[in-house]
Parts: sequence; C-alpha cells; structure tokens
Amino acid sequence: MSDNQGPVWEIFLQKKAGQPFVHCGSLHAFDKEMALQNARDLYTRRNEGVSIWAVPSNAIVASSPEDIGPFFEPANDKVYRHPTFYQIPDAIGHM
Amino acid sequence: MEVNKFEDVFEGKLAKNEMVEPKDWMPDNYRKHLIRQISQHAHSEIVGMLPEGNWITRAPSLRSKVVLLAKVQDEGGHGLYLYTAAETLGISRDELLDNLHTGKAKYSSIFNYPTLTWADIGAVGWLVDGAAIMNQVMLQRTSYGPYARAMVRICKEESFHQRQGFEIMTRLAFGTEDQKAMAQDALNRWWYPTMMMFGPPDAESPNSENAMKWRIKRETNDQLRQRFVDQTVPQVQYLGLTVPDANLKWNEAKKGYDFSEPNWVEFKNVISGNGPCNKERLAARNKAHNDGAWVREAAQAFAKKRNEIYVAA
Repeated sequence: MSDNQGPVWEIFLQKKAGQPFVHCGSLHAFDKEMALQNARDLYTRRNEGVSIWAVPSNAIVASSPEDIGPFFEPANDKVYRHPTFYQIPDAIGHM
Repeated sequence: MEVNKFEDVFEGKLAKNEMVEPKDWMPDNYRKHLIRQISQHAHSEIVGMLPEGNWITRAPSLRSKVVLLAKVQDEGGHGLYLYTAAETLGISRDELLDNLHTGKAKYSSIFNYPTLTWADIGAVGWLVDGAAIMNQVMLQRTSYGPYARAMVRICKEESFHQRQGFEIMTRLAFGTEDQKAMAQDALNRWWYPTMMMFGPPDAESPNSENAMKWRIKRETNDQLRQRFVDQTVPQVQYLGLTVPDANLKWNEAKKGYDFSEPNWVEFKNVISGNGPCNKERLAARNKAHNDGAWVREAAQAFAKKRNEIYVAA
C-alpha cells in the first residue's frame, strides 16, 4: 500500500544550548518546514528542547546488529588508548 | 547464521533483559504480536481523544478547558509516538490507519462508553488514565526498544492526566449534594469498564502466555487488575464515594481486596463492535481522516513543487 502520510523523519533534540543533540523519536512530514513544526508540536510540549534537528530517515546509515563483533571488538584490545594504561611517578602526582 | 542461531541470539537477549531493536532478528510471531499490541495501543490513544473532546466546548471554566485541551493534545501525541514505534516493525502508517478505519484492528473497549456528564471527564482521567498508567509503567521495561522508549515518554506526560481527573472528582465529591451524586454516578458507570481494561482473566487470555514469555508484558492481567483495585479503593474512600461492588472486601491474608469480576460477556460484546458508542467512534475517525485528505494531498503537491519530497525508506 502506498504511504500518503509523507516520509518518515528522525527527530533529534538539544535540551539546552551547548549540549549534544539526542534522538527522541520519529514522525511523518512532507517537507522540511512541516517536519520542524510537527517535531515542535510532538516532542517539545514541555520544554524538552531549545533546538531541533529533523533528518529524513532514509538518509541515516546504521550499523547492523550482526556486526557488533567485527565492528566494535578491536576497541577492546587497545588498552593503551586509556589513560589508566600509563603509570605516573608518585613524585609527579596528578597529570 | 542459521535460523537456530538467530533464535539463540534473540532468546539470549530476552534472558539477559536486553532490548530487541528494529534491525535485530526476531521471530515472526513476536513481530506480529508487537504490531497488534502497539497498534491497538496507538488506536486507543487516538480514539480516546473522542470521549474527552466531547467536553472541550462545555468545560465548566476556562481553567478546566485549557487543561482538557492540553490532555487531549497529549493523547494525540501518544498515538503518534506509538504509530512510529509500530512502523519500525515494517508496517506503514496508511496500513495501520486503514486497519483502524475498517474495524480490522481493535482499540481499548473503554472508549466505546459515552461521557454523559462533566463528572465522566473526572472519572476518565482518574480511573481510565490511572489504569492505563499501571499498564504503561510496566511497559516501560517491555522487550522491544522503540515501544519501551515511547512508553517512558508517555508515562512522564500521563501522570498529570490522572491528577486532573482526580481534581475534578474532588471538586464534585466535596461540592453540593447534586454534584456528589454526579460523581457517584460516574464512578458507578466507569468502575467495571475500567476493570475490563486490563483484559480477560489470565486463564482465558489468549495472548498472555506469549506476551509474558517474550517479556512484552511483565505482569499478568489479573496482577495489574488487583493492584489497580488496591490502589484505587482508598482514593474512593477519601472522596466519600462508594465502589459499586457489594463483594468488595479487604482480605488480610493476601493483603489486597477481594472484588467482583466485571461482566466478561459485556466485554466480549463491546470489543466485537456492539458497545454503546462503537459505531459513533469509528464514524468520527473515518470522517476526520477523509475530511483531512485534501490537506495531505495539498502538502504533498506543495512539497513536490518545491522539489523537497523525500522518498520514504
């Protein structure tokens, strides 16, 4: 069945100035302006945000659940990327 | 991976209390169960706007009018959160709406009862939203991620709904004799239909077993119903009203109330289309959808003209 509700958009909200944008949900809208207005009405009725990003869902590229292993595992064996890997002499104290 | 392996991963997630996400493999029946439950939930939010919308123009004060407007707008929003959650399972918004409009999909039986007086708006907020919250608090931990996240948002917004209903009941119950009688009358009419909202008794609930197994639900219909009665009876007593159930009695052994079951024959009748307002509700939804067709067409034409249309994924 054809969808005459308009395409799906993913909505991201910034809670306060300076904070990152966080995904809060999705909605249907026919154009950019309507996507923003709908997002305002749907996701910010109680001051949930000060800024909105609306992104067409089909523009989002996502990793696959099956790829968790090969995709993210290499991060685990590179402990030298964390500061706790290194020893600082007591005489130096905090660094 | 073979199907068996996929199933192991899925079962493993459930066992570890992890959420299932849209791109994860899931059994077909799990997907079907969720589409049915989430869309039914969404339809209930949307149809639920009708009995309350009935009183917006007749609210007794400007304050109660703005409050009721805000509440009805929230219900519309809740319906939209839930529709988009259902859509992540591979069903389109048009199909979902079509299922509602043709009567193929169900919505909560409670919204097929009429709101005859202002006290009914109080009873709906207090009892119906109270019962819905009990169910929704549980669903915040449901196994499907998008559904759980929609529920967290909904629960945050829902508690004002119950409070505004209880406020209306308080004003009437502590008002004149006539007002108190009106409050009692609303309680009499809404008590049993509200109890039905939790669904049939566990022994006769066709969907419960899978729902529990898949952690879609975490408590049974009967458990939630018992909790609702235990929580609500003291509120009824505070209002100086009477629960319309001669068998209601505190049971010290189970630390809960014993109470009468609602009339399950009536319940079956109402969900199969023969409640007091089923036809009216469906007609109102169909009319709103059809009357809005030109808006969707115009919006689509305008977006095309500005070359801004994005093809749905």
